[in-house]
Amino acid sequence: MDIRDQVRQFILTNFYVPEPATITDEASLLKSGIVDSTGVLEVISFLEETFQVTVADDEMTPDNLDSILRISAFLDRKRTEPALQASA
Amino acid sequence: MFSKESLTLNAKDEVARITSWLRETMGRMRRRGLVVGLSGGIDSSVSCALAVQALGKERVFGIFMPEKDTSDDALTLGTRLAATFGVETCIENIGPALSAIGCYQRQAEAVRTVEPSFGEGWKFKLALPSILKSDRLNVTRLVVESPRGVTTTHRLSASAYSQLVAATNYKQRLRKVTEYYHADRLGYAVVGTPNRLEYDQGFFVKLGDGAADVKPIAHLYKTQVFQLAEYLGVPAEIRARLPTTDTFSLAQSQEEFYFSLPYGQMDLCLYGLNNKVPLAQVAAATGLNEDTVRRVYEDIEGKRRTTAYLHLGPALVEPVFAG
Repeated sequence: MDIRDQVRQFILTNFYVPEPATITDEASLLKSGIVDSTGVLEVISFLEETFQVTVADDEMTPDNLDSILRISAFLDRKRTEPALQASA
Repeated sequence: MFSKESLTLNAKDEVARITSWLRETMGRMRRRGLVVGLSGGIDSSVSCALAVQALGKERVFGIFMPEKDTSDDALTLGTRLAATFGVETCIENIGPALSAIGCYQRQAEAVRTVEPSFGEGWKFKLALPSILKSDRLNVTRLVVESPRGVTTTHRLSASAYSQLVAATNYKQRLRKVTEYYHADRLGYAVVGTPNRLEYDQGFFVKLGDGAADVKPIAHLYKTQVFQLAEYLGVPAEIRARLPTTDTFSLAQSQEEFYFSLPYGQMDLCLYGLNNKVPLAQVAAATGLNEDTVRRVYEDIEGKRRTTAYLHLGPALVEPVFAG
């Protein structure tokens, strides 16, 4: 299962989504009401525990966390960070 | 041109409108008077003054409901308010009941997940990041102060955060239970005291301070509540007091906990959004830049979405009463 599928599965199982098919990868999780401010904490815990990354306070932005696609892209960047730093 | 004066109302006319509505509503509800929980803050003070103006002091009953985290000046200011308007009051210390139900112990348990030393002599509060500095999401932080005065800030897990909020909500709910005890005893209705910012943004606890029979200032911006306070003769010390939540052991402003901006700017942003005032004019009136006003608008709309459920009554499969 790739990262995007894992994120999608977490969103669908952890939160209540009455019609999963309507949630596209691009859909805003905040505007659709699926994730609220407490939900953001749950998403962060999921990312930190499942993918062994650390989410800094200034990374808790809609750009990084407001859709399945954005979360997946954010994770991709986080996971390549050490490699980028090591090769720099 | 839009400015803070746009929120100015005719206090005399507004008081007449609200008091007339209160009298008419009391008749419809067949209640004999009004119970008001007094916190020493501006909203409960204005609500109490309006109740007295509408029904007379003999038909208004004030209740002070301190607990161990209540600020020292709450009772002093509340007493002054009651004396000013001649209202009968009583003190109901809800601390022992909160202890018995596990409020403080459950709060402490949540705090200890990030600060294991937390105990007697320690203080804490919840705080939001400033909306002025970034577009960071509304993730609340826990601020803990040791007995030596050392302050640390922590991010709670979702479960610890939810437990802390849920345990704290006992306070608002127990206060409401107490208000209804006296309302039932006296045949009175209960006054809810949210202003427009609080009501619109869901800054209340469902079946806690959100529960009431009448909410006479829920349509008024906080700035307007201050205008009425002056007109009604609410003591100057109460009008000068910084609005606080008076909920946690560490002193906490309302913008720190919920609104992200001081009430004057929040009022202007909410009015601007509600009335489709051009962004540039709201920015000029608030002293914020347009990007920040846009972020405040998003924050307002986000809070409306996430707190919509708080306004709902129980859902029924189908209507039970005809018409």
